[in-house]
Amino acid sequence: MSIHYIYQDQRRCIGCYACEVHCKTKNNVPVGPRFCRIIQVGPKLAAGAPRMQFIFMPCFHCEKPWCVSACPTGAMQKRAKDGIVFVDATLCVGCKSCITACPWGVPQWNPESGRVIKCDYCKDRVDKGLKPACVTKCTAHALKWVSPEEASRLKRERYAREIAENLPY
Amino acid sequence: MAEKATVYSMCGMCAVRCPIRVEVENGRVTWIEGSPHVPGIEGALCAKGSAGLAFEFDTERPQFPMIREGARGSGQWRRASWEEALDFIVDKLKAIKTEHGAKAIALADRGGPFTDLTKSFLKAIGSPNYFDHDDSCAKNVNMACQSLFGYGRGEIGYDFSNTKHILLLGRNIFESLQVKEVNMVLDGIAKGAKLTYVDVRATVTASKADKFLTIRPGTDYALLLALIQVILKNRLHDIEYATRYCTGLAELEQFVQPYTPEWAETETGIPAFEITSLAHELSAAKPNVIVHGGWMLSRYIDSFYCSRALYILNALLGSVESRGGLIIAKGPKDAGTKGLNSLGKNMPEVADKIVDASMPNKSLGAGHMVNLLKAIRTGEPYPVKAFFAYRFDPIAAFPDPESQKKVLDNLDLLVAIDVNYSDTAWYADVILPEATYLERSNILITQKGPKPGFAMRRQAMQPRYDSKPAWQIFMLLATRMGAGDLMPWSSIEEIWQYQLEGTGVKIEDFAAKGSVGLAKDPIMMPRDAIKFTTPSGKIELVSEKMAKAGFASFAAYVSPKKPADSSFRLTFGRTGVHAHAQSQNNIYLHEIIGENTLWMNDREAAKLGINDGDLVEVSNDDYSGTIRAKVTPFIHPEAVFMLHGFGNEVPLKTRSFKKGLRDTRFQKGLLETVDPVGGGVAYMEAMVSVKKAKGGKA
Repeated sequence: MSIHYIYQDQRRCIGCYACEVHCKTKNNVPVGPRFCRIIQVGPKLAAGAPRMQFIFMPCFHCEKPWCVSACPTGAMQKRAKDGIVFVDATLCVGCKSCITACPWGVPQWNPESGRVIKCDYCKDRVDKGLKPACVTKCTAHALKWVSPEEASRLKRERYAREIAENLPY
Repeated sequence: MAEKATVYSMCGMCAVRCPIRVEVENGRVTWIEGSPHVPGIEGALCAKGSAGLAFEFDTERPQFPMIREGARGSGQWRRASWEEALDFIVDKLKAIKTEHGAKAIALADRGGPFTDLTKSFLKAIGSPNYFDHDDSCAKNVNMACQSLFGYGRGEIGYDFSNTKHILLLGRNIFESLQVKEVNMVLDGIAKGAKLTYVDVRATVTASKADKFLTIRPGTDYALLLALIQVILKNRLHDIEYATRYCTGLAELEQFVQPYTPEWAETETGIPAFEITSLAHELSAAKPNVIVHGGWMLSRYIDSFYCSRALYILNALLGSVESRGGLIIAKGPKDAGTKGLNSLGKNMPEVADKIVDASMPNKSLGAGHMVNLLKAIRTGEPYPVKAFFAYRFDPIAAFPDPESQKKVLDNLDLLVAIDVNYSDTAWYADVILPEATYLERSNILITQKGPKPGFAMRRQAMQPRYDSKPAWQIFMLLATRMGAGDLMPWSSIEEIWQYQLEGTGVKIEDFAAKGSVGLAKDPIMMPRDAIKFTTPSGKIELVSEKMAKAGFASFAAYVSPKKPADSSFRLTFGRTGVHAHAQSQNNIYLHEIIGENTLWMNDREAAKLGINDGDLVEVSNDDYSGTIRAKVTPFIHPEAVFMLHGFGNEVPLKTRSFKKGLRDTRFQKGLLETVDPVGGGVAYMEAMVSVKKAKGGKA
């Protein structure tokens, strides 16, 4: 796991797909591959109301990335300083082992270059102290650039507040 | 080392015009984000906004002036120089002016903050015929709002982040989206505001609501009358506020008496107890309550009264000019600053009256696009022979495009000025390519609101093709028409300078943020001294202006027609990914939603043997088309739904050409069907029949 994490506030996410376009324009991704996806689930009835979830699926930047282990050329790498998993295009031979290996379908096939491309958390921005494009420009400020520790703290605090608010005093 | 610059400007991918910060490297825009300085934006940009980069570098947009060679709509063009295209236009204009007078020249755009340029251009050449798109959008809302408060729809904003309860009737606020508004609503919800959403289908907004009520299409007015009835009967209104500010309270109470929740249940399908309980909840939140007056309410022939009822609820709940309610917009004058100078300030007034000033059976107000089309069709009260569509696509926007084309055939000259190959451009005689919003500067605009200000769209890069900014196009035309002395500016800076004269604001003040605020804190009128701009200075539940025009202030409810077997009411709407019919060809937006589907109710679909994903044939009269069905329990059985803006008929837009179906093609015969009072078109008075298409298995 990298030291970074993108926390998605489901309450704020409106499933507008802007994150996908922020990413594509920033990284010049051709039509077809997408570094991140919003997957809509629902609407489903929950307590009489139609609920939709919009699941944000970037790369999770695993601590032990399947894609890195599977890569025969060393193109797929994990950055030592912060754990960002990225692909060095000059070393990629287009064997697709990483696509086979990743359990979440993160590495993307670039039909124009015949190589793999993937989310690198916009590491050039991160190195300048900025946030990834998807987070920076999220329409509803639903995506937050935090550490994994902060993410669990945010979730726990929210959960606690919800429980407390629903207590029958 | 690359040369890098930051430009603060204004997005142009839809009509919301969010403030943006643009990064330019070696003369090329490389990054667009929402302005970090504006609360509620703070970097945020929607999908369309980011796709502005793809739009800029797209080749499938007009690249040079084009003059039509074949028949209208045939797609046979020749490339022309600006000289040649402008001369071609002006020769025709001069001939039309000689024969019919300058009033035979009309122009329409999409309204908004830049219209001082187009209105002033018409004034300079001596025509009163300025129109906007509003008949296809908010005209009913605007007229309803004015009839009650004096203020127009755009002069009343919503304080979402401080409200306690928001009621939205079909206002799909999270998909037909404005970035700042989305964040204000979400902030309000996070602070405990309740959201009640009423629609014929479950949208994203429905999924975020505390309460979602499915309503039978066309019956919103019944629900609203019942809400008013419960509120007045049980004295749930803000009695002090309503008594102080409203005229005609007793008449209203008398009028709504028969409209009980039990009655409304039979019309709307919403249980009576839900209506009663909603009335009580709204009352409990008063005056920090928002009943949204409606955005695009060109829907039914009773939409004017529907919008009026929405606003009346606010008046009764005391929410107008209240924190967490509706806030009357303030202008520069309210902040003690002189307003921007109009470009037409020193031009002679036009003597002729706008073509629909006294048309028979006219709705409220003048400047209705539908009436312009009527005048073009009939030549009455006088002929209109030239029409400029500036950044406006009536053929894609209004009902029944084929009928409209026949109307436009009466013109001697149809000019489209656009950044897109719009359907109207495709049917025009001349296309003048405007520089994109990243390639042009515009005239300064006034931003009215609790904190008024001025804002600037500033050019970030050179035009990539042979295009020009609007201010230059209109000045070149005016000059060739012999009115150059009335528009004497030679650069945008000169125009800005002229606009700012006497305001105390300088051009360089816009450099840091793209806008200049004129008030430090929100300006609010004291609760006991709210000024309304109606003839009586009050909220006119019984409107003097309407009475004068021969309209009743309260109209009896008329039940909408039920669709016949295997036919449905065609409803339409928006997604956050696309802007009207403008963006479907954008590479990245097309990738996300490339064509529309037909939402239909699962039980109705089962009766017709239609499964989710099947191809279905949708038809109305002699027109039909095929589309995939999205079968869902989350739409009212009387309705089907499709996204607006698809089914483009311009072959040069190769990605979106003929992808999906165009809702307006099914609105046959509805071009002149309007709300008789507000004048907005009634898109949803269309029924379609649906059957499984041949070989329609998914």
